[in-house]
Amino acid sequence: MDIQYYLQQLVNGICLGGMYALMSVGYSLVYSIMSFSNFAHGGVIMVGAYVGFFALTALKVPFLVAFLLCGVGSGLLAIIIERLVYSPLRQRHAPSLYFIISAMGASIFLENFVIATIDGTPRNYPTLFSNSIKIGSLSLGLDSLLMIIVSAVSLLILMFIIQKTKIGLAIRACSYNEKAGTLMGINSSLVIFVVFMMGGILAGFAGMLYGMRFIVKPTIGQVTNKSFVAAVFGGLGSLPGAIIGSVLLGIMEIFVASINSNLRDLFVYALLIIVLIIKPSGLMGKVVEDKA
Amino acid sequence: MFSWYYIEGILIQSCYTLLIVLGLSILTGYTGMFSFGHAGFVCIGAYVSVLCTMGFGLPYLLSLLIAGVVAMIFGAALGKITLNLKGDYFCIATLGVGEAIRLIFNNLNLNLNIGGKTFILDGAKGIASIPLHTTFPVALAIVVIFLTATAFLMNSKHGRSMLAVREDELAAQMSGINTFRSKMLAMCMSALYAGIAGGMLAHYFGYLQPKMFMMVKSTEYTIMVIFGGMGSITGSVLGTVLLCALPELLRAVGDWRLVFYGLAVIVIMIVRPKGLMGGKELPVGKFFRWIGRLLTGKKNDPPPDSDPPGEEVPA
Repeated sequence: MDIQYYLQQLVNGICLGGMYALMSVGYSLVYSIMSFSNFAHGGVIMVGAYVGFFALTALKVPFLVAFLLCGVGSGLLAIIIERLVYSPLRQRHAPSLYFIISAMGASIFLENFVIATIDGTPRNYPTLFSNSIKIGSLSLGLDSLLMIIVSAVSLLILMFIIQKTKIGLAIRACSYNEKAGTLMGINSSLVIFVVFMMGGILAGFAGMLYGMRFIVKPTIGQVTNKSFVAAVFGGLGSLPGAIIGSVLLGIMEIFVASINSNLRDLFVYALLIIVLIIKPSGLMGKVVEDKA
Repeated sequence: MFSWYYIEGILIQSCYTLLIVLGLSILTGYTGMFSFGHAGFVCIGAYVSVLCTMGFGLPYLLSLLIAGVVAMIFGAALGKITLNLKGDYFCIATLGVGEAIRLIFNNLNLNLNIGGKTFILDGAKGIASIPLHTTFPVALAIVVIFLTATAFLMNSKHGRSMLAVREDELAAQMSGINTFRSKMLAMCMSALYAGIAGGMLAHYFGYLQPKMFMMVKSTEYTIMVIFGGMGSITGSVLGTVLLCALPELLRAVGDWRLVFYGLAVIVIMIVRPKGLMGGKELPVGKFFRWIGRLLTGKKNDPPPDSDPPGEEVPA
């Protein structure tokens, strides 16, 4: 129990947090535009993990190709869900609670579709990176390093798109006020399309990282509830908030787990409740006033 | 396959699920607040009632009552801190609470010794060999009592206030309705129902494990309310019975039944978001009066203008 140990735990926490960040930005992006919690996101992540698994084991493609396939698969799935499930509701201006129910339905559908077509048994990814690098006396697994790098790079690219490109400007405008954005000539359908695509691609990456680190099974989607907690913790609808919230949550979770591993899930949900009671808008979320 | 034992099982399950859904209907259908943590209340009710019957040796019905009251107290406490959250945030909070309750029971190890009897609660392994007190007549009687109570509640001033809160909280507030009190009442009632149903569930299955109360369960209950139609008691009854029977009828297709279930939810949201009943009630009262007339043979009444339930197709 010395400084080495804590540093090691810190690295593990950042790894986990980075993965949560990849998942929670998808939640947050959708929430910022459409103001509903997209619970189908967990299913998208799960499918991503399976795409990666079969790409590596059945197709035997190199890691990088499998990784890109994950992104493509999940991105496509997210878009399909948006078109088939949310789009009809959107055209009818349905209240956000209907979106949530539909999302739950989609999540049940995806999870059980995988159970029915593949099966429910947990599978292990083939070991890709078993080496580790020693920095001082700190041992850093290559897979952990990869997770941190992948998360950081994809999040940086995402931030670049949001902050510097024209479509990013449109996304920001729509998240501020979708109606006004549409009046200014923004194609809000396109914005929603792009948001789901980007969220889906990152979800695919996250799914593959999760599978590499832990295990692939149809119920991964439920595990991703934690990334949703991270999004709330950081402030729903705020992208930097989601990232910071995720990394903090990852670090805290690992430290709680190092005290008592049974408490880690409980801690996450307790944190959610505390945040909602004390500051529902989270660390960086905007406060929404009830308009008459 | 369709032995009475099997059918009775489905009927008992429908009964306690209906009780939960009725409670949720008060909260969601009438007051407009979505809960994704109702399995948590069911969980509390189940454990409390089992503690009462197995630990303290109390009679079954009393244990149900205690379970309901404990769940209600918990619901009130939860309501106190979360009812002021708006829309999505409230349902996220209930999600967190529901999962937290399950995880607490997952980590709880009890080994009580009450009056010579040992009561063992072993975390994720749960409790085994619970006496099977929930029979179909008992379950049906309880549900009918609560159905009637709900119908009366909804036609009272409190029920109307809840509807007003659902339609427009601000406007309700301005018309002099204490919206917080209405929401609190809805929360307490629905937690009470869920707690009692939890006790019935525990004494039907004969064992308890925290994983019986996953978030998916909460979602299923909410889906039943939506499926039947928000703000309709008969709709909730129809929704629950249909959705309880559907997986059983689809049991032949094995793993695919939950796939269809998920698909059905999506299709309902797109095609008929109002649910089966669309906020209307089946004319149960008229139906009973019609039967009464048939039995007493009074012919001089004006002819009944309603169809028997089941054939009513609301616009």
